[in-house]
Amino acid sequence: MTMFLATAFALLVTLALALTRAFLGPTIHDRILAVNVVGTKTVLMIAVIGFITGRPEFVDIAIVYALLNYIGIIAVLRVFEDTSLAEPPISNNGKDSG
Amino acid sequence: MEVRRWGCVIEAIIDIVLLTFLVIVGVAILLVRNLLAVTMLTGIYSLLVATLFVLLDAVDVALTEAAVGAGLLVILMLATIALTTQKEKVHAARQNAVALVVVVVTGAALIYGTLDIPPFGDPNAPAHVHLSPRFTQESPEEIGIPNMVTSVLATYRGIDTLGEAVVIFAAAVGVLLVLGTGRVRRRRDTEEHEDEARERS
Repeated sequence: MTMFLATAFALLVTLALALTRAFLGPTIHDRILAVNVVGTKTVLMIAVIGFITGRPEFVDIAIVYALLNYIGIIAVLRVFEDTSLAEPPISNNGKDSG
Repeated sequence: MEVRRWGCVIEAIIDIVLLTFLVIVGVAILLVRNLLAVTMLTGIYSLLVATLFVLLDAVDVALTEAAVGAGLLVILMLATIALTTQKEKVHAARQNAVALVVVVVTGAALIYGTLDIPPFGDPNAPAHVHLSPRFTQESPEEIGIPNMVTSVLATYRGIDTLGEAVVIFAAAVGVLLVLGTGRVRRRRDTEEHEDEARERS
């Protein structure tokens, strides 16, 4: 049980660090990475919660989460690839003077 | 027994920390002006809520929250930002006393209402006494579907589920109409160009 306690604590600390990066992150890629890290921590947290509450079958759900997280990040990155969102913001004297 | 008690304590601590994170992320969503960052923060918010749902034993709801909130919603918002702008317009702050009073009074009334709610997990709560026994005990015979959630959603609440499906379909069609047109046209243009190039060669 001490091990799970330590793991849960470490996960929460990592979560806090990822949140900090999401708040501060100068570029959008930092923030996408932060979302990805939070998703990974969610997967691990669900697994740890499963073992803490004596229901190891939560690991299956954690695996589904891992798949969702992976597909979600790929989809977000595809949106950035297709559009020009990831470029630095265009200044107003550029082409969109609206 | 000892293990279970420790589990409860750890769960409570995780609950409190996650709820604190939720408040912080919510305030950050309000304060940050870069809409791309806000979109990413919304995804994080959904993932945190999903973890809380798992802690509350609502695993299926958590899956939906993670798939829709952190996946679909983020992509829809990114597509919207791609069509508009990624900087939020800042309006001069106007203090509206009436609005503040309305919000505070409504919030206080809602919190007062929660005082009558039975405690979490109370077996004598009306929801557990009135309909649940019938659903859990008789639905296997009446409907014949092993999964009770499915049998309730598909039969006892069938019309409600149909309504939900109609709402979601209408919303999806609306979103696709707003977001999809530009991209489809662009793709068709490039395909036509490719066709022309092929015909020429």
